[in-house]
Parts: sequence; structure tokens; C-alpha cells
Amino acid sequence: MDGLRLRSRLQSIAVWFDERLHLTRLFESTAGHTVPANAGSWFYVFGSGTLLCFVIQILTGICLAFVYVPSANEAWTSLEYLNYVQPLGWYLRAVHFWGSNFMVAIMTLHMIQVFLFGAFKYPRELTWITGCVLFLCTLGMAFTGQVMRFDQDAYWGLGIGAAIAGRAPFIGPQIVDLMLGGPIIAAETLSRFFTLHVFVIPGLIIAMVAVHLRLVLAAGISEYPEPGKPVRKETYREEYEAILKQQGVPFFPKAIDKDLVFAGGLMLAILGCAAFFGPAGPNGIPDPSIIDTVPRPDFYFLALFSLFALLPPYLETFLILTGPVVAILVLFAVPFLSNTGEKSARRRPMAVVSVILIMLTIVVLAYLGTYSPWSPEMDAWSGAPTPPEFVKGRTPLQLQGALVVQNKQCRNCHSLGDEGGLRGPALDDVATRLTRDQLIRQVLQGGGNMPAYSNNLSPAEVTALVAFLETLHPAGQLPARDSAKPARPGEN
Amino acid sequence: MPEPSQHSRELSRRKFLFAVGVGLNAVAGVLLAIPLVGYVFSSLRSKTQQAWISLGPLDSFPERQTRLATYQNPFRTPWDGPTANVPCWVRRLTGDQVQVFAINCTHLGCPVRWFPESGLFMCPCHGGVYYEDGARASGPPPRGLYQYEHRITDGQLWVRGGELPTLSQAV
Repeated sequence: MDGLRLRSRLQSIAVWFDERLHLTRLFESTAGHTVPANAGSWFYVFGSGTLLCFVIQILTGICLAFVYVPSANEAWTSLEYLNYVQPLGWYLRAVHFWGSNFMVAIMTLHMIQVFLFGAFKYPRELTWITGCVLFLCTLGMAFTGQVMRFDQDAYWGLGIGAAIAGRAPFIGPQIVDLMLGGPIIAAETLSRFFTLHVFVIPGLIIAMVAVHLRLVLAAGISEYPEPGKPVRKETYREEYEAILKQQGVPFFPKAIDKDLVFAGGLMLAILGCAAFFGPAGPNGIPDPSIIDTVPRPDFYFLALFSLFALLPPYLETFLILTGPVVAILVLFAVPFLSNTGEKSARRRPMAVVSVILIMLTIVVLAYLGTYSPWSPEMDAWSGAPTPPEFVKGRTPLQLQGALVVQNKQCRNCHSLGDEGGLRGPALDDVATRLTRDQLIRQVLQGGGNMPAYSNNLSPAEVTALVAFLETLHPAGQLPARDSAKPARPGEN
Repeated sequence: MPEPSQHSRELSRRKFLFAVGVGLNAVAGVLLAIPLVGYVFSSLRSKTQQAWISLGPLDSFPERQTRLATYQNPFRTPWDGPTANVPCWVRRLTGDQVQVFAINCTHLGCPVRWFPESGLFMCPCHGGVYYEDGARASGPPPRGLYQYEHRITDGQLWVRGGELPTLSQAV
């Protein structure tokens, strides 16, 4: 009897709230809205996954803001405090870091899935466009978030951002001033980025997510694409209504199961990565006078990092200024470039090819960025000695040459025996590629990515160096020979 | 019957009040926007902001050597902390001949490192290299190192700095 009275009491309380909040009506148009049953596919889980990541970031971000101090003087110290003193501070930092990694990754998957499923076509163009705005906002959060981890990577990363902005014609200096909050990277810069990261961009994201979800609900979840069923403006709405009538189910509780599983798995993955890998940094103190630093961005910007290293200088400003603009315009224009027609990727080969090409480019560039072969290895000249096999059986002059190779920082860009820089070719077999004259010319005049050493090598040093380099060929393989000159007896 | 005219008078009173409301809010909005915009954009200046900074006695920089010097950002705020320590490379030739290079690579601003043995500045980010005199040697940088305007007064080396050098606004 008591249980029944309790239940009816609870029911009347629920009814009281519903009379005022109209929750049941709200439910029918939101969580309970009708979706095509075939939209309950694993491919459809990434949107809610991205939203989940965003919520995790907000919650962990709030916790971190209880301790983190966004002052250039104290930020690094407060991060160390979070890592080592604040109970579970390291874990909150780790969850926030891994949450951001997963958010970028899942958001990218969501975008690719929507693109390949043609869900951006009529009448869902605005959904795609608001999604693109969210994409840019998320990248903005990623960049400003990196700066919050105020260490050397953040400081010089800011400098790189300012240098990019400074390349804009006419308004370059003004953009730099606005971005830095002053003439140079200082306390104002960190405060500005903190405000962007905590107030401005999240506010924008929340507003945009609201619009994005409204549009999703208004247009309905896109049906699972089938080849041979192109979208036509005149007929699509009726066809969609027919699908809903035929196989429509309320999202909650009939089509939410895979989203729930993915969300749970995603959360466990973030928590697990955070527990296993821990937080990121902070690395060195953001003191610009500590110049033996090798600044690197987080993984999502590694592809850009590689691109900046590999672009030819004469094209770089033009590409920096126009490339992103064109790319973003094309991204926003996708629903209009392909407004109707086939939705299924099986009938859209160019869509598949574009996704493969773009992702391949980004992944390859990012992979290159993880070990940055274009950067000189700053301590190879003193830290990587000449491997013993390259000094065995050499004459004293050649040994002097081996010393020149070390002392003149050649090893910073050239490797010997797999140790050393990767900017230039390995020297292990340089004698099979360049004749003596070519070696002398290359060392004196440089060329390509190599500077000229004529000012910094005396003739004696050049002689010794080239004598050593001439010995660098595999045993049994002939060194390079000038075919115009006859081979001299004794020259092997 | 005065009703129609009363009716039109009521509408015009309402319309008048509406117009006053809109106008008042427009004025108030502008008055609010001015300080907000001015505050956010206050870091924009039409003139470059630089100051003369002392790097110490000239004799602390040996001849024919390039040394790292650090100065405090002349426009620092009290809570700048370690970010106020701005480094630069001072290359002294002989006598009063000096070149002062900004630490920032002209490609995208990473700190360049001097190697006296090979006489080269190398950048750790994208592989830019400069010669001893600041000229571009190889890699992505589009020009040589940024140089500070300098003067020597009473044996002290002064440089004119305080701004982050970029391609559109070299120091």
C-alpha cells in the first residue's frame, strides 16, 4: 500500500512539473523525435560522441580553473602545482588533454561520415554550415588550449601564430597587436587567450550547438543512404515523411542504443588514456631567453607544422593567406556544390577520392611532423661521435677531416651510421655520389638546403674534410668518378 | 464622435514612445559599445611602440664574437614573469661595429641558435639557417635575420626594441 502511495505521489509531482515545463511535449520533439530505423547505425554515433567530449571538456575545464592561474608569471607554476600537489590534479589535466585529442578526432570522423553519407544535401545545408563553424571553433579551442599549457611550446607557438598573422598585407601589424594584446608576447597575451578559451569560444560553441541541434531536429536525422535514390528538391520531403511513416522509431528509446554504447566506450577510452598516459607537460618554463628549445605543437597541428617546413619560401606568404581562406570557403560551399543527387558514397566516387586524398595528406604530414626531418639535430655535432667504422684505417689527414665533420656541426644535418640529422643526405656513401671536385664545390658553395661554408673553413680544413669524405663509400663499391677524366692508376 | 481621432492619437503616442525607446537604446548601445570596443582594441596603436634599451657595456661583448644578450621588455606588466626576458644576439666585429639580431627566425618566429664553430644560426622549427652576418643561408626563411637599430653611448650598447618582429614590421 505504501509503495503505491509513494508512486502516485511521485507521479503527481512529475505531473506538476510537466504542467509548467511542458516536458512531455518537449520530449516528443527532442529526445523522442522520430528517426528512420535504418539511421540506428554505428556510423551515426560520432555526432553525439563529439558533444560528449565537449561536455567532458567543460566539466574538467571548470575543475582546472579552480586552481590554474592565467597569469604569465604564475601559469607554469600553477600547472606544476596541479601536476604534483593538487590531489588528482594530474588526472584532471590528463582527462582534459585526452578529451581534447579525442574531441578533434571524433569531430573529424563525424564530419567525414556526414560528408560521405551525403547528409549535408537538401534540406540540411545549414546543418553542415553550422557544423563547419563548430569545426573552426573547435580548432580555435585546440589552439588557445595549447597556449593555456603555458610553457616554451606555448610561448613560441604564440610567436609562430603572430608571425603568420604578421604576413597579412596592410593590416598585418594590427592583427599581431590584437592577437598579442600588445607589441610583444607578454601577460596580456595569455590573458587574452584565456578569455578566448574559457568565455568567448565556448559561448560561441554552445550557441552554435544549440542551432546545430535545432536544425538536426527540424530536418530529421538523414536516412541511411541507398544507391539509386538521389535527392530531388521537389520530392525529398515527401519521401522522407514516407520513410518516417514506414520505419520511424522514437530516437529514445529505440535508436539510442549504439550512441549510448559508443558514448560509454568513448568516456572509458578518455579516462583510460588519461590514467595510462597522464597529462601533457608542461615542458620548460616560458622564458624566451632559454633558447635551447625545440617548440612543437600538439598532434592536431602537426600537419600544419610540416607544411610550413616544406612550403617553398617564395610561395609561402601567398599560400598562408589564401590557402586557409579557399579551403574554408570550399568547406562551407560543399552543400551547394553538391546540393542534390546521390547520397550514397558508392555513387559518389569523387567524394570518396577527396576524403582519401585529404586524410592521407594530413596523416602523412603529421607523421613527418612527429620526427621533423627538416630540423637540424642541434646537439648531434657534440652528442653523436663519429662511429668507429668510419675512423678505422684512415690516414691522419682523413682523421682531421672526420674532426671537421664533427666540429663544424655537419652532423646536425647529416647522419653517419644512422646517427645525426636528417635534413641532408646521409654521408655514409657520399663518395659514391660526388666526385672530389663536386665535394669541394658543395662544401664551399652549399646549394639547396645547405649553406656555403667557404667563410668558415680554411683551405686546410677543406682539404682534410674532402679527404675524409672521399673515403665514405661501402667497401668494394667504387667511389664516384668524373667520366671526363681518365682513371689514374692507383685510384680505386 | 471623437473616437477615431482619439484612436489615431493613441497610436501616435504609442508610436512616439516606441520611437523614443528605440532611439534611447540606440544611443545607450553606442555609449556602451565605445568603451567595450576601445578596451578590446586598445592594444592597436597607429605608431610602433619601441624604446631604447641598454644591453650593458660594449666591452662585455668580446670582439669577433656573437653573444646572447637578454633585456627586460620595456613595456612589461608587473605579472609578466619569465616572459619579460627577451633575448637577442649581439655580434661584435671590431671597435664600435656591432650587429644586434632579434632572436626570432624570419620564417615564423622560433628562436635561432648560434653555432660559433660553423658560423651559422640554425632554427629548430623548420630548418632555417643564417650566416654569421644575419644573411639567409638556406631553408624556409624569406629574408635575413631582423636587426635592431643600435647606438653606442658612453661605451654602453643601446638597442631600440620592445616589439615582436614580424615580416610586416621588422624591428
